[in-house]
This record gives sequence, structure tokens and C-alpha cells, in this order.
Amino acid sequence: MRLSFTVNGRQCEADDVWEGESLLYVLRERLGLPGSKNACEQGECGSCTVYLDGVPACACLVAAGQAAGREVGTVEGLAEGDGLGAVQESFVEAGAVQCGFCTPGLLVATDDLVNRVPHPSDAEIRESLAGNLCRCTGYEKIMDAVRLAADRRASSEASRSGKTDA
Amino acid sequence: MTTAEESMLRANAIGTPLTRLDGTEKVTGTAPYAVEHPVDSPAHLHPLQAAIALGRATGIDTSAAEAEPGVLAVLTHANAPRLASTGNGELEILQSGEVGYRGQFLGGVIAETPEIARRAADLIRVHYERYEHDVELRADRDDLYKPEQVNPAFDTDTAQGDADGALASAAVTLDATYSTPMEHNNPMEPHATIACWTDGELTLHDSTQGVYWTQAAVAPLFELDQQQVRVISPHVGGGFGSKGIPHPNVVLAAMAARLVPGRPVKFPLTRQQMFSVVGYRTPTIQHVRLGADEQGRLSAITLDVVEQTAKVKEFAEQTAIPTRTMYAAPHRRTSHRLAALDTPVPTWMRAPGECPGMFGPEVAMDEMALACGLDPIEFRVRNEPETDPESGLPFSSRNLVACLREGARRFGWHDRDPRPGTRRHGEWLVGTGVAASTYPVFAMPGSQATIRATPDGRYAVRIGAVDIGTGTWTALTQIAADALEVSVGEVDLEIGSTTLPTASGAGGSSGINSWGSPIVAAARTLRARLDEHGGTVPAEGVEATEGMPDNPHTSQYAMHSFGAQFAEVWVNADTGEVSVPRLLGIFAAGRIINARTGRSQLLGGMTMGLSMALHEESVLDPRFGHVVNHDLAEYHIATNADVGSLEVDWLDEHDPYVNPMGSKGIGELGITGTAAAITNAAYHATGIRVRELPLHPDKFLR
Repeated sequence: MRLSFTVNGRQCEADDVWEGESLLYVLRERLGLPGSKNACEQGECGSCTVYLDGVPACACLVAAGQAAGREVGTVEGLAEGDGLGAVQESFVEAGAVQCGFCTPGLLVATDDLVNRVPHPSDAEIRESLAGNLCRCTGYEKIMDAVRLAADRRASSEASRSGKTDA
Repeated sequence: MTTAEESMLRANAIGTPLTRLDGTEKVTGTAPYAVEHPVDSPAHLHPLQAAIALGRATGIDTSAAEAEPGVLAVLTHANAPRLASTGNGELEILQSGEVGYRGQFLGGVIAETPEIARRAADLIRVHYERYEHDVELRADRDDLYKPEQVNPAFDTDTAQGDADGALASAAVTLDATYSTPMEHNNPMEPHATIACWTDGELTLHDSTQGVYWTQAAVAPLFELDQQQVRVISPHVGGGFGSKGIPHPNVVLAAMAARLVPGRPVKFPLTRQQMFSVVGYRTPTIQHVRLGADEQGRLSAITLDVVEQTAKVKEFAEQTAIPTRTMYAAPHRRTSHRLAALDTPVPTWMRAPGECPGMFGPEVAMDEMALACGLDPIEFRVRNEPETDPESGLPFSSRNLVACLREGARRFGWHDRDPRPGTRRHGEWLVGTGVAASTYPVFAMPGSQATIRATPDGRYAVRIGAVDIGTGTWTALTQIAADALEVSVGEVDLEIGSTTLPTASGAGGSSGINSWGSPIVAAARTLRARLDEHGGTVPAEGVEATEGMPDNPHTSQYAMHSFGAQFAEVWVNADTGEVSVPRLLGIFAAGRIINARTGRSQLLGGMTMGLSMALHEESVLDPRFGHVVNHDLAEYHIATNADVGSLEVDWLDEHDPYVNPMGSKGIGELGITGTAAAITNAAYHATGIRVRELPLHPDKFLR
């Protein structure tokens, strides 16, 4: 099939796609977006987490055919302008990145969390990210990064609404 | 002659929490891992794995697979390249139809897409002659044997004094057996390779802990010179030992690529395949006996270990090693015995030896402290050795007691009621426990570093090291900057390829020691050469190459890191569920090169220890010889929601003898002792002494 869908705000087409292959394969091998990782291909580890119509999903569990006509967001789309997005920046600064293989999925999951919940409690963070396995960091620095990202997102929202008010 | 003190590197960049230099690439998804290197028109490999544990493939029918559109070639022992005999039964695959363990590679399909390769591999029909297999480890087997040595080159057995006599006359004794299960490393990035043959030479983009280790293992198999195998690995998604020595997946990828010369073949393993072909931590059975006088001074320590290896290749885990160093006692004995089974080959897994070997003995120390009527910290302090108990060498530095005392203060240990099973929060039984940590200071020989200064004020530092997520890119840049006496911004580090000067791999927490030392040596030579040029860099640049310097102190001192771990554990009185709301680790590991990446190493180690304590267990079905729970749905590792408060700190430890950086290595220290601290806390909570990991709920339901 010819697959047409939106990736990180850009219209994309891929030809000769087998409907049953995974969205993760399409992104990585056909569209040259290797950011989303394949670490278990059964939806257990969260390394391939992407936005599908604004909702986080494991790209390994989405068949290519199911993505037709929909909007997909990946780690490659989290940058803001030429620089890093707040969530990306927070992960680097907090030391939440080690081998980096779980990182892209965690970034998308965190982006979703701080968009939905302005000031998540520690329990909310742990529960929200419990589907994203990390074998290196021990999660503590990831907690720091999420708190930092939430604070930054909240303060940039505040300054943006302040400007609008003025 | 320069003294150890004078040769120490002056810290400027090192010790600071420099932000990870590869961070931006990793958070933007642009850091290329093995199979992500851009290559033209790759083919894809899916393996054929043995469906029996022992026997012989008498016929392999590949016709249906070959007829599938998109299949490029089918690989079996019938058409596989002949490998040179190197004595490595794990890597010498597809040389016959013999099957030595379930899941062993028997061939593979190379196709235009992974789906076609996988489907075609399913169409291959294999006929087997089955032999009776033997995969069960038991301490009462009559065929246990004594290996010549245990990894990497330690004595299999040691003995001093008369342990049996001392135990017979001791006022207090303990005789108990502990066990740890088979565990799988499970780095987040599955093992992955792109192999490509061009003009008789092999290029491997491989997820490896050592580009030169992979080269050294692969080149002789294909009868190539070392430099005819190029290995590239700038970013690795974790290894934890399983990407140390290469496994058969690398060989299969290279064989497959030979059938489609000039075309790169991608071979990322699936998570399920990792459970049969890339190694695991051997299960261990640890028989501990302790004898002490009425004051709680140990007179005898024995540890007899039984563990497994594979018939296809020997692997002898050094489980008793930490017992040779931890505590003083005049009469002592350690031993290792192996059962050779029809299983995949065990491999290194984070702190091999020390990690399982600090479970049984550290739980035994808790039991013995209680038997002696002593606090477990005081009991350890009383048995602190003045010199290394077995070698008699002085320690280059040893701060176990300081770690225990500082940890006790921070954890709030002083008002602990030692009685077990007496604290309750609703349905939860609450307890606290402590255990020690240790890891040796390893330095590997053979690494070389080249540094080139150019007139534009840049310093190119080149070494074939790897970064498996630990922070090599960042820490080596800091070390080079300090050795060159420049800022980190002036250093351009290159690692991760066999086109760079030779280097050892990331293993045994030896990376910074083994790569940092030649970098410091090369920087010093370079600075001397720059001085000859009056301090300016000539137009053609200045270069210096140095190898790993000899360290005369290695034979004069016992060199180890130490630590103390404290756990608070809640056990549900009704369900047996175990929860760990609080963990604290205090470590003494020489100078910490990067406070940010270093803290993460120790936190991550303790979390893997928590995971070992609560969850990790590969369940081998003796009927079929495979691991039943062979994926992340069934092989549980700690998630974010398993961790409560987790805190790490270290003591400032000055050790001029280990290397010019004064660093001891921290990748593995954090996982040692964690499971024992949690198990001891679970006993304090419940009064139930569990001696077999993991602490699954059924063990507390009595």
C-alpha cells in the first residue's frame, strides 16, 4: 500500500508498505527517523513511544495501515526551533540520559505528562512513566528531569499568558 | 623518581558535574546506534534457532523459504563459510548440524525486509535426532568439577589455617546455603550488527562493549588479519557485560553478509532471541559457614560455590572472590565447582562474581551478627581486616567502616530495634537492613592513546574506547583536558572505532582506569614536546602516542572499592508483596571523575540490585531447556514505580596508588550488596529469613 500520514507536522508518503508492518519500522527504516527505538517489539518497554493523534502509543504495536491519515509525533519533533525543547533540555541537564536507548520514548511520555498535568506529584510521575523501562539510570535522575521540565513548561506558559494579557 | 603523590593529576575539570557531551545527540534521536548507521540498500537477517536442547539436525529443508519472494539467500551449515578452529565453541556456529543448547543458531534467512526474512525462517523445516539433555543445576550432582581457574584469572580454591577445626571449636557458628537464580542482562538496546564484506574485508557496525574485543574474536574465525575487520560503535544502548565478548549473533551476521557480498546485512536481535544466545548470569548455590568467639570475632569463614557452565564453552564465575577480601579470620577457605550443562554459555553480568558473591555472605553476616547478639554494623566493624586477609597486602585505601558509619548516621540507624517482626504499618511489616559493597580495581593492559595538537588551539584525542552509556565521551574529555591543562572545550575526543588506537573494552569497571591512564601519559609527553617548541604549536602540529603505563603499586597493594547499603523494606502481611520505600548507598571509590554521570552509575547499579532482589529470575524449563519467561513481559525488571527514595553519596577518598586520576571504577560497585541489604531488611520486617533470591511474595507466606 501507499501510506500517507503526518509525521512531526509534515505530510509523508511511503510506497510498497505492507499493511502489517509496524509503524516503528516505517518510521525507522522507510522514513529515516531512527529516534524511536525497538527494544522489545511487544509494547512492554516504551522505548518506541510516539504520539498518535496526540496520544502516546507504542509504535511497535501500531500496524502501518492503522497510521494512514493520522498524525504521528516522534522524538525528532520535540525540538523547539533550532534548539532543544524544554523536556529534552531537562533530561540532559538533570543527567537523566545514560545509554540513551530508552530516552526517546521517555521524552515523548514526559512531554505528554507535563502537557496534561502542570505540576505532577512524584507518585503521578512514577505511575505515568512506569511503562518506560530504563536499565541504566535507576529512574532518580529521570524524576529530576521531569520535575524540571514541568517547572519550565509551567513558567513558560505563565510568561506566555502574561504577555497575552499585556 | 616521581612518587605516586606527585604523578597524580591535578583536578580542574575532573570532579565537576560536566553535562554529558553526547546528551544532545541522544535527546534528539540522532545518536547513531549500531543498526542506525546509514547504509545503502541493506538486507535483513532472521535466524533459524534449534528447537531441541541437544542432538543433531539431520535434515534442513529450505525450499519453501527460498521460494518466498524477496528472499536473497538461506544460510545453513550446508553453505556456511568454514570457520577456523579457535577453541571457542560458542562462536563456531554452523560448522555441522550438531545442537548443543536450545535456541542455538542453525542458520538464517537474508531477505529484502525483516518481515520477509522472519516469515521465510518460519517456513524452514528441520528434522532432528534428539539426545537426552541435561540442564539442571543441583549441588548434589556427582559430576561437579573444579575448573583450572575462575574468571578472569583467579585461583579456583583458596585455603588458610584449619577452617574445619576452627568451626568445630567456635563458640558461635552459622552453616547456611544461599542461592541466586539465572538472570539475563537485558540492556535496553538488543544486540545488533550491520555486517558488510567488501574486497574480502569485513566491516561491522556492532553494539559492543569493546570494538577491539570484537575484532580480536571475529578476525581469526574468518582467517583475517586483525586490521581486515573494522568495528565501529560510537553509541551503545547498554551492555552490562552481555556485549563484552561477542556472541554468535555477530558471527551469524558476518556469515550471512558473505552470501550477499557488497551488501550490508542488518541483524538486530529480538528481545526473545537474547534469552538464548547472548549469555546470562549463572545461577549460584553458596554454602557459607562462619565461626566466631563470644565477642563476635570471626575465627573461620568458608564459602563453597556451585554454579553452572555450558558444555559448548567453559565460563567460570568468580563468585567467592569478595569473600577472600571482605572480613578478617585466621582460618578460611573458598572453592568453586561447576556443572557443565546443555545450556547456552553464561557470560559476564554487571559485577560478575562480586554481585552474586555479595549476596550469600552478606546475608550470612547479618545472621551471624544476630547469633552473636551484635548490631550488624558493629559485627562488621569488629571483623574489619588490617590488611587484605588472603594476600596480606596493605589496602591502597579501604573505607568500608567509614561508609558503614556515615550511612548509619544518614539513614537513622542508631535507634533501630534489632528484634525482627515487631513494626507494623497497617497491613505492612516494616524493617531495615544493611550490607556491604565491594568491587576490585581492575586495569586492563594494552590501550594506547594518541593526542595531536594543532595550531588552531585544538587537541584531538584518539583512542578505541567505547561508551556503553556510562559517560566515556564526557569523562575522558575531562581527563584529557586536565592532563593537557586546557579547558574541555579545546578537546576533541574520538572513540568507538578500530580505526583509532587500540584499546581494551568496557568491562570490570576498568574503562576510566585503562583508557584514562594512557591519555594522561600521552598528554604529558605532548606537553613536553610542546615545551621543546617553546610552548607554541608548529604549523605541522605536534603528536604523542603512549600506552598503558606500568603501575608498580599493583603488586604492592590490594586495591578495592567499598560501600555500605541501607534498605527500608515493607512486606505485606497478607500478600507477601515486598516494597522498598528507601535505599541509601554510601561509597568510597577513589576520586569520582564526573559527579553527574558518576552518581547515575551508582544509582543505576543500586536499582539493578533492587531489581535483582525483587524480580529477576530466568526460569529454565528442564523438560525443554529453554527460558520460559523470555521477554520483558515475563522477565521483570524494576520500573519507575518500584523505586522509592533512592539516595547515593560518596566519601572523599584519596588514593594515589590506583592510577594518576585516583579513580577506582564505579560501574559495578553499586549493584553489589543491594540484594543482601534488602533481604536483611525483609527479615527484620517479618522474621522470615529468605536465602534464595528473588524475594517473590510466596517466600513470605507461611
